[in-house]
Amino acid sequence: MAKETKNALRRSILEKMLLTRAFEDRIAHLAAQKDRLPGMQILATGQEAAVAAVLALGPEDVIVTNHRSHAHLLARGATPQSLLAEIMGKETGVNHGKSGTLHMAVPHLNVLMTSTVVGAGPLLAMGAAFAQQYKEEDAVTMVFFGDGAAAEGSVHEAMNMAGVWHLPLLFVCENNCWAGAQSLKDHCSVSNIVTRAAGYGMPGKLVNGNDPDEILDTSLEMIARCRQGQGPALMELATYRMRGHGEYDHQEYVDPEEIAFWAQRDPIKLFRTRLEQDGVVDAAQAEVMYRDAEASIDAALEFADASPYPAPQAAFDHLWARAEEETGRI
Amino acid sequence: MQNLHTGVAIQNGLRLAMEMDDRVFLAGEGIGVSIHANPLMPTHGLLETFGPKRVRDTPVSEAAIAGLAVGASAMGLLPVVEIMFFPFITLASDMLVNHAAKLRYLSGGKTAFPLTVRVKAGVMSAGCQHSHNLETWLAHIPGLKVTFASTPADAKGLLLSAIFDPDPVIVVEEMGLYWTKGPVPPGDVRVPLGKAAIRRPGNDVTVVGYGGLMFAALEAAEKLEAEGVSVEVIDLRTLVPLDRETILESIARTGRLVIVHEATKFCGFGAELAALAAEEGFSSLSAPVRRVAGPDIPVPFSPPQEQFYMPNAQKIAEAVRSIM
Repeated sequence: MAKETKNALRRSILEKMLLTRAFEDRIAHLAAQKDRLPGMQILATGQEAAVAAVLALGPEDVIVTNHRSHAHLLARGATPQSLLAEIMGKETGVNHGKSGTLHMAVPHLNVLMTSTVVGAGPLLAMGAAFAQQYKEEDAVTMVFFGDGAAAEGSVHEAMNMAGVWHLPLLFVCENNCWAGAQSLKDHCSVSNIVTRAAGYGMPGKLVNGNDPDEILDTSLEMIARCRQGQGPALMELATYRMRGHGEYDHQEYVDPEEIAFWAQRDPIKLFRTRLEQDGVVDAAQAEVMYRDAEASIDAALEFADASPYPAPQAAFDHLWARAEEETGRI
Repeated sequence: MQNLHTGVAIQNGLRLAMEMDDRVFLAGEGIGVSIHANPLMPTHGLLETFGPKRVRDTPVSEAAIAGLAVGASAMGLLPVVEIMFFPFITLASDMLVNHAAKLRYLSGGKTAFPLTVRVKAGVMSAGCQHSHNLETWLAHIPGLKVTFASTPADAKGLLLSAIFDPDPVIVVEEMGLYWTKGPVPPGDVRVPLGKAAIRRPGNDVTVVGYGGLMFAALEAAEKLEAEGVSVEVIDLRTLVPLDRETILESIARTGRLVIVHEATKFCGFGAELAALAAEEGFSSLSAPVRRVAGPDIPVPFSPPQEQFYMPNAQKIAEAVRSIM
């Protein structure tokens, strides 16, 4: 990849990371206020470097994500207002309020599906990658799952089938060190998920999950491999969940020194500094990016607050495709 | 009209769907190269015709088979996957219950899952890990459609409707019926989902059910006619969507209802039908509703116990007599 193309990509990565952080900080702020947001809020603060994996894809490629989806969705081009309205259960939400925060899907951006049954995503993605291979498309599927999800049998079945059939599927494990209130060493029989790749006949690479450059390079390499028909690959992002499982979880089971250690490795701070040092952005441009991100979240919140709730009877909508075909709604 | 075994009728349906539409592919355990190399089996010979791209033998991975169907259908293909024996659907249930059934709803109608799961059912001298009718579990899940044919023509016609339906459909195939024959219209003749068939008209009592027990119901009806009782036999064909009108119209005429199924009685599909009669047809009823179903035990292996488990014409006739 030409240097200028790559630097343009790196600028976009920083921009989307800043947007994600602004989005999630606002959600944390709103969640702390009584009755401001319905339901639980699950954030990926500290894991924003995953944006680099998404931006390594082309528009024709597909992603399947999970409950910690904001970075992936925003990187793919979903608008903050459609996501925030969905999180509030509003009619204008990306899924008309049917999903809420947990299952947001944006199929027109090739965010095919979101499953919050952790470990299910790889199975769905395997089916999507099969379809890409079947249709002889030049496209790949990227699926995100956590270290906790890697304990599910479904992940093994997906990896085996993808390996047997050489599907164009990139498994991305965001190992954030925690599964609920359980640490990696207590839920995983080996020290890293990536060691499993060999068992399914695919390459695996462990990368610094807080370093967008490393994620971008590995993603580009693995995506190219998938695209060439060489079968699936596994990338493990060694990163950290800076907040609890959900906003109600105050991480009382975590050693504060561990959080402080990772706070020193904040992916946004590190990347912004590096891009400034490399002359890819200057301080003023980075500041504009930050302010633009904040402004777009302000506008999104205004939009979502002003949006109506769906009618209670609309709860019957979207169950059957046939009904919607007949009423001309799809 | 051709006179075909049910297994061959299904085979014809699959073949036709694959010829008509390149998006249709088959996947499952041993659907291509099978340890059961029998020409009456539904997927026999299809690998030879369509090749391994479209007839895909899978690893022993029911969750992956179902995941394959969910992901591929969301991408615009029309997967037809097979679950070898009904109890094994429990291994695929997350993909069917939490994904195929719900993801369209969760997405606010932005995705669709036009997938078909063929599942082989029936009591067949193998014990309860191979014989367990779970159709009511699936019918209970909003977002899934469930068919359960009794005749070769319906097995083919319902399957074709399922494959080209935009929603996920579970097609239950009773294995014992693969070896029964009946008239089947040639070509793309579909049986609409959600439309019951009146197999035999009658005036005194309605017997409603689905699957192979419809033949036992017809046998009972014949016996009862000799005794002066006129029995109407309704074959549901589809459990979801349910043809409520045909059932309610029938009991409005007969005033009596006997429900028949092989699955265990407690919380079985018959409970839903009895509730329908009680909620919406109560004024028509002149006698209590009766259910003839499997007893509330797993399907036993020992032949006399298996016989004891199975509803049959005699049990159906007794249930009818008890409310006349």
